[in-house]
Amino acid sequence: MTAATITETAVSLRIDGRSVEVAEGSTIHAACVEAGIDTPTLCWAENLTPVNVCRVCVVEMEGSRALVPSCSRPVSDGMVIETDTPRVRHSRKMVLEFLGSGVDLSQADDLHRWMEAYGADPDRYGADDHPVERVEEPVKVQDELYIRDYSKCVLCYKCVEACGDDAQHTFAIAVAGRGFDARISTEFDVTLPDSACVYCGNCVGVCPTGALQFKTEYDLRQVGEWRPDDQSVTRTVCSYCGVGCNLDLHVQDERIVKVTSPSDHSVTSGHLCIKGRFGWQYVHGE
Amino acid sequence: MTDIYLGADRATEPEIAAVDAALRAGGIDPVVQPETERLYTSGRARRRERRHFLLPALHALQNMSGWISPGGINYVAEVLDVPPAEAFGVATFYDLFRTEAPSHEGDTFYVCVDAACQIAGYDDLAESVRASGGHVHLGPCLGQCERAPALFVQGSGGRRDYVPADEDPFVLPQAGDPSLRLLRRIGTADPDSLESYLAHGGYVALRRAGEMGAEAVLEAVADSGLSGRGGAAFPTGVKWRAVAAEGGRPKHVVANCDESEPGTFKDRIVMEHDPFAVIEAMTIAGLATGAANGWIYIRGEYPQATARLQGAIEAARAEGLLGPNSAGTGHDFDIAIWRGAGAYICGEETALFNSLEGFRGEPRNKPPFPTTHGLFGEPTAINNPETLLNVGDIIIEGPDAYRQRGTERSPGTKLLCLSGKVGRPGLYEVPFGTTLGTLLDLAGGVAGNGELQAVLMGGAAGSFVGPDSLGLPLTLEDTRAAGTTLGSGVVMVFDTSVDMTAVVVRIAEFFRDESCGQCVPCRVGAVRQHETLVQMQKRGSLSADRRALIDDMAEAMVDASICGLGHTAASAVRSALNLGLIQEAPAA
Repeated sequence: MTAATITETAVSLRIDGRSVEVAEGSTIHAACVEAGIDTPTLCWAENLTPVNVCRVCVVEMEGSRALVPSCSRPVSDGMVIETDTPRVRHSRKMVLEFLGSGVDLSQADDLHRWMEAYGADPDRYGADDHPVERVEEPVKVQDELYIRDYSKCVLCYKCVEACGDDAQHTFAIAVAGRGFDARISTEFDVTLPDSACVYCGNCVGVCPTGALQFKTEYDLRQVGEWRPDDQSVTRTVCSYCGVGCNLDLHVQDERIVKVTSPSDHSVTSGHLCIKGRFGWQYVHGE
Repeated sequence: MTDIYLGADRATEPEIAAVDAALRAGGIDPVVQPETERLYTSGRARRRERRHFLLPALHALQNMSGWISPGGINYVAEVLDVPPAEAFGVATFYDLFRTEAPSHEGDTFYVCVDAACQIAGYDDLAESVRASGGHVHLGPCLGQCERAPALFVQGSGGRRDYVPADEDPFVLPQAGDPSLRLLRRIGTADPDSLESYLAHGGYVALRRAGEMGAEAVLEAVADSGLSGRGGAAFPTGVKWRAVAAEGGRPKHVVANCDESEPGTFKDRIVMEHDPFAVIEAMTIAGLATGAANGWIYIRGEYPQATARLQGAIEAARAEGLLGPNSAGTGHDFDIAIWRGAGAYICGEETALFNSLEGFRGEPRNKPPFPTTHGLFGEPTAINNPETLLNVGDIIIEGPDAYRQRGTERSPGTKLLCLSGKVGRPGLYEVPFGTTLGTLLDLAGGVAGNGELQAVLMGGAAGSFVGPDSLGLPLTLEDTRAAGTTLGSGVVMVFDTSVDMTAVVVRIAEFFRDESCGQCVPCRVGAVRQHETLVQMQKRGSLSADRRALIDDMAEAMVDASICGLGHTAASAVRSALNLGLIQEAPAA
C-alpha cells in the first residue's frame, strides 16, 4: 500500500485551550508533540510499545476522575486535555520525587531538568534517624560487553520490552518479585552468560538511567574519564552483513566508546545485533 | 523443540509427574509440541494456547517439592513454551510460591497478621504452631476474619492444602431467619449434593432463563438495578449487555473468587456452603451474554471452597446442567477452576486476567475494558459470587419484586462481613438501607469493653468511621455521601481498648506488601507512606509537615496510579488521621 492510498481520519481535540488535529489512533502524547507541548516521559520510547507504568506523562482529561497516561491513551474527537494544571504538576512532581528517593538518578540526565521544573525534592522523605528504603544492589559485571546496575533502575520495563516482544524476542529478562522488591532479572538471577541473552545490547540502547551500560562507558566512568562533551558521533553503515543498519559511533580520544542506532531509522528502529552493537574492536586493530 | 533457551537444570521425576498430572487434569498433553514457526510470528497471542497452564503447573511444583526449583521451571518452560525468565517472574509474584529451597521439612503454616487477626492476637497462634514444630509464615488476610486469628496450611510433598478451622461446625448467625435471600440455603442445603440443591429450588432460575431467552434475562438484570458487590458497584446489566453485544470472538464469564480484601469472607462462605448457586448463576450469565467459557479464579487460600466448587461442577456436568446444551437451554457452557497463589492485586479484574493467562498479575490500563478486551483479549463478563447470587432471584421473582427490598438506588440485599470486636462475628445479610447501628445490634453489639471506637468500612481499601456514624444507612448512595464506602462488605469493629495506631500502620504495610510494583506512584508511594507512619509510631506524634507529606503522597497515588489498589492505598490511613484515631501517642 502506498502512502497515497491510506486515508487517515483526522481527530480534533483541545490541549491547554488550543485546538489540535491529529490522525485517528494517535496518542495524547503524540498530539502534545504536534502542539509543541513538551511532556516528560520515562517508560515511553518511539520504538517500543507503550507500557504506561512510570506515570510521569499523566495529563488531565475532561470527564476522567483520575489522570490519564498520555503515552498510551488514544485521542478521541472532542477530547479536552490539560497538561499544566496543579494536579498534573503535582503528580509529575511526586513521581519524580518517588523515583529520586528510591534509586540513583545521577546518570538519568533527561530527568534532571524535569525535576527542577516541577520542584521535586527527593530528600524530603525519611529523617536522619529514620532512613528510607532504597534500591541497593551491587553492580553486576559479568562480561566485557555491558554491566547492570539495578540501584539505578526505575523499572520502566523498556529493557524487558526490547529483549522480548518489541524487538529481540529473546526473553532473557523479565520483572521478578513484587512491589518495591520487583527487579529485572534472568531466571533465578543466573548470570547473563548462563541466560538466554544474545548480547544484542538493545536493552542497553533503551535504558534511560544508566542502569544498563556499555562496559567501555562503565570503565571510563569508574576512573572519571567519561566525557560526553568531548565525544563525536559519526553515522555509518554496519559492515557485517547486507541488512544496512545505521550505526552511530560515539568516539572519545580517537576510540569508539559505544555504538547506538537512530531510533527513527527505517531498518533498525534503533535496535542492533551483537555484531553491530559490540563488534567494533577490529577498528582499533584488536 | 521449542525456540527457548533452557539452562542445564533438570526437573526431578516427582516434579515432572506432578506437572504432567496437573496439565492432564486440565486436558492438555504435557508432550512438547514440535515447533515449525518461531516465536516472533505472533508473540503473545500464539503462546496463549498453553501458557495459561503456567499457574496450575507452578502450583504442582510447589506442592510436590515445597518450592519451585530451577529444574522445575525449565521443565514447565519447555512444555508450556514459556521463556524461563518469564516463568520465574511469574513464580516470584505470588506469596504461595517459593523460589528458594525451603529451610524446613513439611507443611507451611500461614498465619494472618491483618487487622481482625491482629486484634485477636495472631502472635499467640503463631507461637503455638511453632511450639508444635510447624513452620510459620506470617502473611496477609486469609479471609477467615470471623474466626480470627486465621490459619491456612500449605501442603508439600504432595499433601493437600487445608484450613484447620474448616473442621469446626459452621454457624450462620442468622440461620433460620425467613427474610434471608442470598443466604437462605446456607446451612440448610447440603453443599456436596446436587439433589439437595435441587430440593431447595436449585436450577429453577436457569430453566426459567432458558425459556425467557438471553434478551429477556438481560432486561431483567438491568431492570433490577443490580450492581457489582466487589466495591466498584458497576451496573451488572450494563456489563452483561456490553458483552452480549460483542460478536465474532469467543466470550467468557469469569467468577472473580479472588476475595482478598482484608476483612472480607462473604464469597468464601457462599462458595463453601452454596457452590451450586455460583455455578448456576454463571451458567445464566453465559446464556445471557452468549459466552461459552466459564472460569472460576479462586484465591489459593480457599481449599474447601475450591473442592466444593469442583464437586459441584462435576455433579452438574454429569446431569447435563453444564456442558453442551446446558440444562436443555440450547446454550453450551462449561466451567474451569483456576487457583490463585496469594496476591491481593489479582482481585483487580485485569490483573486477574493476566494472572489466569500465565502472566504476572499486573493490572492493565483501562480502556479498553473487559467487556470488549477481557480474558485472552476477548469479551468478558466478570462478577464476584455475591453479585452472581442475586441473579437467580431476579429471574425467578422478577425485577419488580426484587426491588421491593433495599432502596431506590441500592436495590436488594447486601452481604456484610462482621468481624473484630463484635458480639457475634460472621456473615450477615440485610436489605440495603439498614443502619450501621442496627447491623451492629443484630451482630450482638460491641464486644471487648463495649465502647465503640471506630468501624472499618469496606476493608483496607475502605475507610474508618466513628461512633457518630451508627445512624448511617448502609446504601451505596449514603455511604458515598458520608465519604466512606461499603466496598466489599467489610464491617470491622474496634472498641476503645484497641491501639488504632498499630492497626493503621499494619494497613499501610499491607499495601506496601501487596503493590504489584508496576507503576511508580503505588510502588514507591505505598512504601513511603508506611515509612512515614512507622516513624510517627516511634516518635508518638505526627508533625504538620509529615501530615502534609501523607496528603501529598495520597493525592498522587489517587490521581496517577494505574489501578484501584493505588487509588485506595491511602484511604483508610487518611480517614484514621481525620477521625483523630491516631493523634495521641500510644503507650510506648
